[in-house]
Amino acid sequence: MTVLPYLIAGWIFLIGVYGLVTSRNLIHAVGCLAVAQSSTYVLLLAVGYRRGGTAPVFSDAPTDSRVVDPVVQALALTDIVVGATVTALLLALVVQLRKRHGTVDPDALSELKG
Amino acid sequence: MTARGRLWLFLVGAAAFAMVFVTACFSLPPFGSVHHPYGERAVRAALSHHTANVIASVNFDLRALDTLGEETILFAAVLGTVVLLRQTADEQRTRPEPAVVRPRVRWFALAMLPFAMLIGLYVIAHGQISPGGGFQGGVVTATALHLLYLAADYRALERVRPVPLYEIGDAAGEAAYVVTGLGALLAGSAFLANVLPLGTFATLSSGGTVILLNAAVGIEVTSGIVVLLARFLDQAVEIGHADDGNDHGNDGKERV
Repeated sequence: MTVLPYLIAGWIFLIGVYGLVTSRNLIHAVGCLAVAQSSTYVLLLAVGYRRGGTAPVFSDAPTDSRVVDPVVQALALTDIVVGATVTALLLALVVQLRKRHGTVDPDALSELKG
Repeated sequence: MTARGRLWLFLVGAAAFAMVFVTACFSLPPFGSVHHPYGERAVRAALSHHTANVIASVNFDLRALDTLGEETILFAAVLGTVVLLRQTADEQRTRPEPAVVRPRVRWFALAMLPFAMLIGLYVIAHGQISPGGGFQGGVVTATALHLLYLAADYRALERVRPVPLYEIGDAAGEAAYVVTGLGALLAGSAFLANVLPLGTFATLSSGGTVILLNAAVGIEVTSGIVVLLARFLDQAVEIGHADDGNDHGNDGKERV
């Protein structure tokens, strides 16, 4: 099954979105968004894996050794940083919502308020 | 929309996504394949620039402009959080009371603090030759500081963590990245090009501008995370609603 790692990434994404859709609590929803996003880490690292490859760091490995793809690893790093900061920003929004509207249930947040 | 309708909409969408995604997966190169044209070129480029950590080379040399964008997202997110979690007119700030900490927790946290801090700084400094770099090490350094909150209380943390200083550090880290890029322009090359001497391969001084950009990101991430955590901790510990009673001032910790 050489496609299994890719399929797992898709499964993690769908699980995260399912959580978002059925969420009754915005903090839980932010967590689900983080789960959905983490599927991209799995997909990126799966795309970059090379059988028998080591980490792409050559300080103590010969320069002709077989390594996994460094480009997608750098992309995964980017992904994690952006994911963490956006999660923080969303949680800050939830803190303000809780203060202004007194609830974190997205279904109860239907009214507009100036 | 009712919860049921929403679930059905999700199921239809998820089924369509799953179908397209699975079809795409079977057309991807097989998992673990040897053929990675971009990876091989990135490795060659990193080695020619004397950078042992190819990922650092990709981030701070080959794709340095993209990392500037990413750093700006980090900066904007921290700025947004600071604005969202400010103290509003109808809120008051209560001074947190000193908290009692179990001696074992105190000694463990105090013993770990210097090591965690040192590891964080080590990871930042060795970004060009070993796994890690400014992003990873910055997070370790920033959270290491918060061991003091576990060891003592919020007041102790506030004494060693002047937030305005870290706000300046956040901006300075972002600015240092741009200034390094402009320096390459002045040297007669392209924006963010690697113009510094490349040094000896796999030593601390190798990699040229990778060292500077890595340090700039390290400063920004450390400061950014400290500011971010400070805003959330302020909300939890210090800031309460004016007619809220005083249930926020107990430092968020259990009394012993």
